[in-house]
Amino acid sequence: MTSLGDLKYRDTQKAEELADTIDEQMDSIDRDIEVMHVCGSHEQVIAKFGLRELLPSSLSVTMGPGCPVCVTNMPEVDEAVALAESGKLVATYGDMFRVPGSSKSLADAKANGASVEVVYSASDAVTLAEENPDQDVIFFATGFETTAASTAAVLQSNPPDNFYVLSAHKYVPPAMEVVAEMPSTDVDAFLAAGHAATITGYELFGSVAKRHDIPVVVGGFEPIDVLYGVQEILELVECDQVAVKNAYPRCVSKEGNKAAMQAIEQVFERTSGEWRGIANIPDANFTIRDEYHQHSARQQFETESVSDNTDMLTDQCICGDIMAGISSPDDCDLFGEECTPDNPVGACMVSDEGACKIKLEYGGLPEL
Amino acid sequence: MTDEDTITIAHGAGSKKMRSYLEDYVVSRFNGRQTSSTTVGLQAMDDGAVHEIGTKSVVITTDSHVISPLFFPGGDIGQLAIAGTVNDLAVMGATTPLSITCSLIIEEGTAVETIDAVLDSMKQTCDEVGCTVTTGDTKVMGSGEIDTLAINTTAIGDIDKGGHISDASQSPGDKIIVSGTVGDHGIALLAEREGIDISGNLTSDIAPVNEVVDAALQAGKITAMTDPTRGGLGTALNEMAQKADVGASIDKEAIPVDDAVASAGELLGIDPLYVANEGKVVFCVDEPDADRVLSAIRDTEAGRNAAIIGEITDQRQGSVILDTGFGKRYMTEPQGQQLPRIC
Repeated sequence: MTSLGDLKYRDTQKAEELADTIDEQMDSIDRDIEVMHVCGSHEQVIAKFGLRELLPSSLSVTMGPGCPVCVTNMPEVDEAVALAESGKLVATYGDMFRVPGSSKSLADAKANGASVEVVYSASDAVTLAEENPDQDVIFFATGFETTAASTAAVLQSNPPDNFYVLSAHKYVPPAMEVVAEMPSTDVDAFLAAGHAATITGYELFGSVAKRHDIPVVVGGFEPIDVLYGVQEILELVECDQVAVKNAYPRCVSKEGNKAAMQAIEQVFERTSGEWRGIANIPDANFTIRDEYHQHSARQQFETESVSDNTDMLTDQCICGDIMAGISSPDDCDLFGEECTPDNPVGACMVSDEGACKIKLEYGGLPEL
Repeated sequence: MTDEDTITIAHGAGSKKMRSYLEDYVVSRFNGRQTSSTTVGLQAMDDGAVHEIGTKSVVITTDSHVISPLFFPGGDIGQLAIAGTVNDLAVMGATTPLSITCSLIIEEGTAVETIDAVLDSMKQTCDEVGCTVTTGDTKVMGSGEIDTLAINTTAIGDIDKGGHISDASQSPGDKIIVSGTVGDHGIALLAEREGIDISGNLTSDIAPVNEVVDAALQAGKITAMTDPTRGGLGTALNEMAQKADVGASIDKEAIPVDDAVASAGELLGIDPLYVANEGKVVFCVDEPDADRVLSAIRDTEAGRNAAIIGEITDQRQGSVILDTGFGKRYMTEPQGQQLPRIC
């Protein structure tokens, strides 16, 4: 079994060794296995380095609801668009800029004259508020635990009165549980996202594993990290062991970043909410607590969109099924035709972490 | 107005969108109106057109040049205007240009000194390839109607009748050679625009490729060649594979990429295999001649980093397969313009 001790992250020789081990493990397991990874960065590295070609055909590694841009619900985008169109300055991460709402994206709103700015971080949005004291600045905050922590830190650091947060932050573990229980999915194990686990720690996946009888391994983002994570998963499957393993120890600890988790807990409460195209997921949305109401865009402004001009194509979009691991981008009639990175219909085609964009960019597994 | 009704930057970015637009709206309009002497016309979408005149094949090509900033690490728009055009001629097999035209479109308010520097650079590059500007035109537009300067250049050259080389005559078994490190020009420019300084090591590769092409042609049988400019190596390989209806198998580890270019590419989120080169050539070479051609290219100054990066296959016609060293995947044609990472 290969250990992490002498890991070189782009060592093709090591990759071959890991692939050989995985082959042997699959021979021993002697049935089809589906591993779901919960991170767009995992899909990026798998597709970019052609890792699927190394894996036996009985082992599938599919992407779950692991792209924060993709799971942001359409009405949440509509809220941001409505605020921009009402004259507020809306700041957001670049990936969110072109995600379609029910009738338009923030990019469309900007093209029509609304004030929308792309920022690199929550603190950049605060700077924008400080530089524009006469303007209400709304930070449309998206992402999982990693970015939620920085939004929480900003709200705790006494931001200016004209700074507000429209939170679309989401918490991953409950989504994993919902997907694990979907009758149409057949997930044997999860490869959990290493960067979210740097905040939460890996210990918390213990309850997910136990409740759903499914092993979880936390993995990093280099080719060898992913293969090593898969090897660790198969070791658990082989021994019929439902447990949590950390295959990313150089970044992830058992407890995680306690200060960051504390900030998240102090600023946000967990509420139920829709994840785009997947389901209404209990306890998976980070909603700003009442103590921070003066900076909550939802509590201070009317955020509902008045538009009902839904694009007909969005009805045909199967991003939800793709994020639940039920369908692949190739199954979508719009993929690469009506839906492209230049003209995305669904959110999975927008972000660099979206399954559809990644599939279009790297072309999938060639059948040679 | 929708995206389909207007021209966007992506229509000119060397992507699939650009090729589709040219095929559907431009080439289809002019197709079928060739003169009797035309042996390579617009429908070939090659680097230039070829006319058979008397005992000669005359090659003609044209290019327009706009770039920001006008002067950048390793070059300037003047050098680009001459090298870019004579390179299109060279990769058709015409390595000695007979004549170059030059059209300048200048924004009102531009310093004479700026244009002087550009013209000096054009002259110097002409001297390098042994030709000169023989006719031209100058227009001045109002302030804000054009961004400082645009240059159009056209070049003609001649070769023995039928001696031109297309970008689509390769066949399975041929080796693929790239004449040096790829992505230098595109990454240097993006890094300059984004203010990324990597120890000052990023410079454009702008240079005439005549010497490299001559060396290759003399050393063995070149079956196809092109210069991978806009859209980079990835786009050029896909276009060649689609035109010739062959496959291509590429070894990623063999593709020469400068360390600084690779680092800046990672930082910017831009793949060096898909950005512009302005002094490189992709050759397809008859397999028995491949090592000899590689050696001859490496003996030239501009070709010292040349490498065999793969071969033409009869599998997955029209597609390029990339062996990453870990596994294989498609090396796809870019869908639109590559943009630096935002977050």
